[in-house]
Amino acid sequence: MASVTSDNRGLRLATRYAVLVLVGFVFLFPLVFMVVSSLKPDQQLLADTSSIRAFLPVGDISLDNYVKAFERAPIGRFMMNSVFVTVVTVGASILLCSLAAFSFVFLEWKGRNILLTVIVATLIIPFETIAVPLLLFVSKLPWIGLDGLEIGWLNTYRVQIIPWMVDALTIFLFVQFFKDLPRELIEAARVEGASWLLIYRKIVMPLSGPVIATAAILKSLTMYNNQYLWPLIVVQDEAHRPVMVGLGYFFQLQIAWGEVMAYLTLISVPVIAFYLVLQRAFISSIASTGVKG
Amino acid sequence: MSSKLTRSNKAGWLFAMPGFSLLFLFIIVPFFFAFYLSLTNQRLVSPNEAQFVGLENYRNLLSVAVVTLEPETDDAGQIVRDEDGEIEYPRVRTITRSDEFPQYRGMGEWFRWHWGDTAKVVIASDVLFMKALVNTLTFALFIVPLQGGGALLLALLINQKLRGINVFRTVYFMPVVISIVVISLLWRFIYSGNDGLLNNILEVLTLGAFTPIDWLGRTDTALGSIIAMSAWQGMGFHMVIWLAGLQAISPTLYEAAAIEGASKWQTFRYVTWPGLRNTAVLVLIVITMQSFAVFAQVDVMTNGGPLDSTQTLVFQTVERGYGKQDISGGATISVILFLMVLTISAVQGFLTRERK
Repeated sequence: MASVTSDNRGLRLATRYAVLVLVGFVFLFPLVFMVVSSLKPDQQLLADTSSIRAFLPVGDISLDNYVKAFERAPIGRFMMNSVFVTVVTVGASILLCSLAAFSFVFLEWKGRNILLTVIVATLIIPFETIAVPLLLFVSKLPWIGLDGLEIGWLNTYRVQIIPWMVDALTIFLFVQFFKDLPRELIEAARVEGASWLLIYRKIVMPLSGPVIATAAILKSLTMYNNQYLWPLIVVQDEAHRPVMVGLGYFFQLQIAWGEVMAYLTLISVPVIAFYLVLQRAFISSIASTGVKG
Repeated sequence: MSSKLTRSNKAGWLFAMPGFSLLFLFIIVPFFFAFYLSLTNQRLVSPNEAQFVGLENYRNLLSVAVVTLEPETDDAGQIVRDEDGEIEYPRVRTITRSDEFPQYRGMGEWFRWHWGDTAKVVIASDVLFMKALVNTLTFALFIVPLQGGGALLLALLINQKLRGINVFRTVYFMPVVISIVVISLLWRFIYSGNDGLLNNILEVLTLGAFTPIDWLGRTDTALGSIIAMSAWQGMGFHMVIWLAGLQAISPTLYEAAAIEGASKWQTFRYVTWPGLRNTAVLVLIVITMQSFAVFAQVDVMTNGGPLDSTQTLVFQTVERGYGKQDISGGATISVILFLMVLTISAVQGFLTRERK
């Protein structure tokens, strides 16, 4: 009798794992297909879709698609653009949003509550609803550069960076985090005569590792992955184009799918690698957006 | 609360201003600018000054009317039928271009149905906008249960105490960290008609009984295909939110249920689900908001086609505001979209307040 129940338990366990693996396949198969296909010549890539070979790196495997993709489009340039825009925006976002949140949580000043209410209210404005007016707006904005005064921000890095530096969610994340820090610490430092800037730099920010990580991850994903609509309408020149918009190069009359897969793999693998290394932080940062409501 | 130590108007403003002014300039200003632009005939580049046109843009988008077409009759008063025996009706144009009905001028047929011998035709001033609106709402209607429900199942699956469960969580979440642009392109290949991966998989699974479908090339499957892919991509995101909700439910409740001898379903129905109420509202709202903003999938996969069957509101804002340089037209759709979002937020506020 005992062996029957343990068999049953083993069977049940096996079924559970079978379900988990099957579901895992549903989420993984397009990605495996992408990476594997990037290594195959077009003809074989198409022929292999009718069998399990579609997911296996077999047959005529090479890096030819990658070489050809680099010849077709200035991929290095696109990647550099995306990384530059992402890094600068994330850095500025953490600085500006944490400063503002610091002021809202620890300082008392006239207008503080009104301003915070206004910021929180902007949480419900989706970017998609302001894209068109913002396009007109930035096309007329002045800028003082090395060549003096210019009008219009189109086809620049700044148009991809500055409008994205501050958002309500990041400020909100910092506010939530700062509220849980011990206030006595700050008041004690004030009694000692520390300036606000010193308190921000030496006490508050060193304690804020977790929220900085969360904000950086969320902002990086937005800037690197989801910047499509905005650069599509404000950046026409190749020199400033980010990776997601650069995909347009691969849509000639005859789509070379092998090259497309190579490009897709190239631009996704860095993010996947980051995710695999920092998965706990990635997942908890997504979960923390859940407190937004 | 207030103490001398923390009161400082100057420092307060100084710290908050850089961030707030950027937010003001790039979110709040364009937001109100959208309302203003929707009342003008502003174009992106134009030699002429923009003019105030009142609510004309809204009228041009939202006007809808139902007209009745009487069957064509011959001299004897008999209803004329074509070779297939279908009743022939006068063209809608005879109404929308007639001086008799100035209120219908410029409108086009959206859809029609038959009522006895007559045909009822719904005409709209902007049929494309109406299609985009209906598609966006359809998108939301289907993706909410599909993505939200799927994500809940995943969360329940991943909430088991099994060795190596984190590996599966990592895998299910993976599409979330990949750009929707990349995912859309990839699925464009998976969905393609001839050598498409999906067709081949279905053929193998049905032992060849399945006839290949050009998923994105047919008006009856294109939108559904985009919905299914979008649900797949974002499921891991909502799984994580459900999971946080699940883990916040007190274990003592489950112990009590076990002592009472509750079945698995009863435990879910009376312990788990009530505990997930707020999470459910959050997931519902977030998915709805996201589906109102659908753009990249459509732009990459179908460009709104075939026959406008995948047009969405954001796609139309961009096509008009940027593509046709009709800034005021794009802004008007943006405002309508925002009002939809506002409605959803109000629903959320209502649903979460009720509980307190």
